[in-house]
Amino acid sequence: METYSLLRQFADSWMLLVLFAFFIGVVIWVFRPGATKKYENPANIPFRHEDKPASDRDADAKEA
Amino acid sequence: MTNYIKLIALGLITLFALIAANYARDLAYLINALTVALISGGLFLWVLKHTDEPEVRVDLSGEYMDGVVRAGVVATCLWGVVGFLAGTFIAFQLAFPELNFEWAQGYANFGRLRPLHTSAVIFAFGGNALIATSFYVVQRTSAARLWGGNLAWFVFWGYQIVIVLAATGYLLGATQSKEYAEPEWYVDWWLTIVWLAYLAVFLGTIVKRKEPHIYVANWFYLSFIITVAMLHVVNNLSIPVSIWGSKSVQVFSGVQDAMVQWWYGHNAVGFFLTAGFLGMMYYFVPKQAERPVFSYKLSIIHFWALIFIYIWAGPHHLHYTALPDWASTLGMVFSIVLWMPSWGGMINGLMTLSGAWDKLRTDPIIRMMVISIGFYGMSTFEGPMMSIRAVNSLSHYTDWTIGHVHSGALGWNGMITFGALYFLVPKLWNRERLYSLSLVSWHFWLATIGIILYAAAMWVTGIMEGLMWREVDANGFLVNSFADTVAAKLPMYIVRGLGGVLYVTGAVIMCYNLWMTVKRSPAVAATNHTVPAE
Repeated sequence: METYSLLRQFADSWMLLVLFAFFIGVVIWVFRPGATKKYENPANIPFRHEDKPASDRDADAKEA
Repeated sequence: MTNYIKLIALGLITLFALIAANYARDLAYLINALTVALISGGLFLWVLKHTDEPEVRVDLSGEYMDGVVRAGVVATCLWGVVGFLAGTFIAFQLAFPELNFEWAQGYANFGRLRPLHTSAVIFAFGGNALIATSFYVVQRTSAARLWGGNLAWFVFWGYQIVIVLAATGYLLGATQSKEYAEPEWYVDWWLTIVWLAYLAVFLGTIVKRKEPHIYVANWFYLSFIITVAMLHVVNNLSIPVSIWGSKSVQVFSGVQDAMVQWWYGHNAVGFFLTAGFLGMMYYFVPKQAERPVFSYKLSIIHFWALIFIYIWAGPHHLHYTALPDWASTLGMVFSIVLWMPSWGGMINGLMTLSGAWDKLRTDPIIRMMVISIGFYGMSTFEGPMMSIRAVNSLSHYTDWTIGHVHSGALGWNGMITFGALYFLVPKLWNRERLYSLSLVSWHFWLATIGIILYAAAMWVTGIMEGLMWREVDANGFLVNSFADTVAAKLPMYIVRGLGGVLYVTGAVIMCYNLWMTVKRSPAVAATNHTVPAE
């Protein structure tokens, strides 16, 4: 089979399936249990560190 | 030591540019080579002058790098006004052909100025807005200073050089005749270098972030940077005829070239003008509304859906051409599917205001952001509709397309950028507030009425000329000549030009207001100064 037909066939079968499955996976993953609570923190990122970067001490304190 | 390397590099570039100017085969190349020689020669002298100064090393990791963002804000304002003025002028050139002055023939006629206008607004105004806001946002949401030190300045100035080379090239006739990708090979190569530096700065900052999570705005910005790099390189695969001339020959030919061009062209809309600006929306709308985004889950789905689908929509630019039917159908289907993530994003942006709708009455900046999201919703509905083959047979090659582009560009991109600028300037220059909110209101209404005049005029003239072109009499002969349609469009062309005048007036008012904010507004009482250890 020439390259074009081969790639074309691959693209509209397996690759399409992989991409579609990945997307559906993302959607399901987003709605996993406990996600709402988990996303509260990142949603508030814009309201922190407005004036200066987090110092290393802040970062350590968060991990502890 | 690094200064000596810089001197050698700059000296070589200057020398090469001067040799290139000497051998130049065409005027555009000559002027561009001289421009490069001038810039690198000037930099050479500047580095030479400062070369033996002792290096002062200050630890700046405790501060954000905002100088480059400030420069970006200034550049955005300036290029914005230049681009809007150019657009308004060429709008009147279409209405009154005498404005294609005889003495400027070959330099300032519509054909030469049109790419100048599109590149000025998309890449100079929009691009600078994207670079400046992305640098601002990625620092705040990563809680880290920009990575790479002065590399960010290289990105800023390198990008301005791209703009200057491209713009002078257009006027003097260097173009590879690809819409939104007109610059010739050497400008493309330079942009590739600058863009990779941009990617490095952005990604480097994300890598060293202090927030464990990468905020959604950064996802959009990052996808914009990566995808534009890919699109730019593939669409500009061309072989220069000579290294001493601006002309180059495309590697792809025929329908492949057309398909690559519109894969690029539509994703310039999808990733440059949509994904990047959505990054702006996801940061500045929550900030201005003082509440987190409506649904963070929706923003994740919005992101993945948008980037998975947009990349396939290009073929709808090539309905009824040599493109195979399957490809054009694929493009059409994906364009229609794209309506969903677009409106998901619009809902997410608008609903961020839920519980704070009263701000619309008091805060003209929020009003600006809301109308921009409204225009985003409108043009992402109009676009899929126009991509349907049957609708496209009426709309394609008519002014309807131009109206659609402008409701997106003026309404969505312009308004969200204005909102971001109004938000940024007081923060960046440490001012308590804007100089005048009533001037913001003036800007808002002038711009909105301008867009409405523009879009409405283009709907009328677009659909009218589409219908006139296909009108046949009882014997199957075409009723109208092309000149008939041109004559019929005159009133709408004047209305369109007036819309442009209103829009550019609003932008000038904005520049004045921002200038006065920096000059006159009271400074914020210092709160974040380092407290000396006792």
